Amino acid sequence: MGPLETVTVAMVAGALRVSTPFLFVSLGECLTERSGRINLGNEGVLVLGAMVAYATSYHTGNPWIGVAAAAVAGGLLGAVHGGVCSLARVNDVAMGIAIMLAGTGIAFFFGKPYVQPAAAQLPRIPLGFWAAEPQVRSALEVCPLFFIGIAAASAMHWFFRATRMGLRVRIVGDSADAARALGLSIDRVRLLATAAGSALAGIGGSFLSLSYPGSWNEGLSSGQGLMAVALVVFARWNPLNCVIAALIFGAAGALGPSLQTVGITKGYYLFYAAPYVVTLVILAATVRPGRALRGMPGELSIGR
Amino acid sequence: MTAVAQAPTAAASASKAGAADRFYPLRRALETLGAPVAALLLATAAFSLFLLALGKSPAEFWWLVWRGAFGSAFSLQNTLQRAAPLLLTALCVALPAQLGLVVIGGEGALALGGLAATVAALPLQGTWPPLVQLVMAAAGIAAGGAWIALTGLLRARRGVNETVASLVLSYIGIALFNHLVEGPLRDPSSLNKPSTWGIGDANMIGPLPGTDLHPGLPVGVIACILCWVLIFRTSTGFAARVTGGNLRAAQLQGLPVSRLIIAACALGGGFAGLAGMIEVAAVHGRANASLLAGYGYEGILIAFLARHNPLAIMPMAVLMGGIGAAGGLLQRRLDLPDATVVVLEGLIFVSILASETLYGRIRWFQPRGDR
Repeated sequence: MGPLETVTVAMVAGALRVSTPFLFVSLGECLTERSGRINLGNEGVLVLGAMVAYATSYHTGNPWIGVAAAAVAGGLLGAVHGGVCSLARVNDVAMGIAIMLAGTGIAFFFGKPYVQPAAAQLPRIPLGFWAAEPQVRSALEVCPLFFIGIAAASAMHWFFRATRMGLRVRIVGDSADAARALGLSIDRVRLLATAAGSALAGIGGSFLSLSYPGSWNEGLSSGQGLMAVALVVFARWNPLNCVIAALIFGAAGALGPSLQTVGITKGYYLFYAAPYVVTLVILAATVRPGRALRGMPGELSIGR
Repeated sequence: MTAVAQAPTAAASASKAGAADRFYPLRRALETLGAPVAALLLATAAFSLFLLALGKSPAEFWWLVWRGAFGSAFSLQNTLQRAAPLLLTALCVALPAQLGLVVIGGEGALALGGLAATVAALPLQGTWPPLVQLVMAAAGIAAGGAWIALTGLLRARRGVNETVASLVLSYIGIALFNHLVEGPLRDPSSLNKPSTWGIGDANMIGPLPGTDLHPGLPVGVIACILCWVLIFRTSTGFAARVTGGNLRAAQLQGLPVSRLIIAACALGGGFAGLAGMIEVAAVHGRANASLLAGYGYEGILIAFLARHNPLAIMPMAVLMGGIGAAGGLLQRRLDLPDATVVVLEGLIFVSILASETLYGRIRWFQPRGDR
């Protein structure tokens, strides 16, 4: 293979791998934001999910129990965010930063003993069985969580469009007054949406420690939980668009490592910053001051 | 009809309240003081329970925190050494917060400020040290200020959410910092820890005369006092607080909202950049990964603890600096991981934000007109 092909293969592989945590966190953030609240704490949830999944997988030997444990841990942390934010006058953006700090702290605190040992990893589906080149084969080894994520995106799309619960979430997110008039419990819907969203983010974290990069250390997450906020704006609060957005962010994240495979190591840190630049460009290009975005929930604090 | 009838009565009772309730300002001050203290006590209690659940003694923990933070001249000096940059990075959050913005990119601004200061000092080797230090400070302030001003610009002109933008810009700034320190600006002789060339021993700022105190301390204190004057005693500060209180009202009044946002961000970023410059000139002597010690992130917590009041930032920075300084002692004596401090900080942060809900809720603190 030529260098260009190698980079392309590496980037596709990277997009498939790196996009999974983005996908889960952005789906979780999408659900929370559709209920009218923002959760920057999903960054902390991601780290906590990664730690809990790794520790559970290490002790039980079954990575799927680890994934489930990560979802539970994420849901609990999300419930704290949702619960405290339903108190009057509490700022959900600032609270998210606090949850981020708390989640990261708890994960590092309890994760210390798990930096060394190796935990059972999630299996991979070899989609590249037809190819002769080993690079293509390894590139197309995809974690089942990626497909579960796509299924979750479709399910969420259906949930918002066609279910009574989904409609309630949308009403609460678009107009608190309308929700009150209908007798819906705004705080309860938001609490549940935040907890469920963080459970999804926790699953995204489990991918980090159980599939790719596939180990637990303190530098595991690099802001995916926060970039999810930008990703959801880009996806216009539509779960199906989150899949595409996650793939784009994944490819951007894979740029640096892909160039490394063909020997371009100069400016490694700059390529490493590519997803952040993409985030900023997307935000600056799509948001307009003083005008609500299409698809944006009316109650969202960042829209006011 | 009823509204018309009630209006004069309400006005009368309000004026009567003004005359009768002379102690309201005092009670309001108590409320402002009481809510954070209650939140800190709650966090202390919650963390003590956490320690009990782990089988550690809370009493020993808090005693060690006290010893490690303020117990001896050495630990007090360590505490103040940490507090110095925190005073400035907290201002990076507190100033934009007057306009209702949550800016959390101080870490990147600090790193770039330190790097710019170092680079500015390199061609001036062998000249007059005060001049070098002045140029370094200017470079640090300019770099940090420009970086956060970019966040303000994106917010004011494009409506980009400032929290996400500042954090993402902070990551980009840190990536740029790492690239330059490990690439073009690297001193080839720094093998284990990639660093830039040093600014030279002659150009270092020594401790405060007669003491061992960090020279950034008076700088931070003066900056906090100046910011307090700017926010609470000038018309610009008033305009900023009006904007933070009610954006529509500010726009209708014709206040230059965009310019205020960009200026507040630039000034805050400038302080973070100055913190980076002081860390280089007083502690490290060169730019390297030691600059990324998390001061920018801790500044966020301190600004919220102080409710964005620059005078309150001073005691809070000393408090958090103290908890940070005690970290080593806690690790050694109680066999706790270094993340213990982060857990405690997270708990304090959550409870302090939750305490916002107390304001205006407790009857005793409220004006007593209608009794």
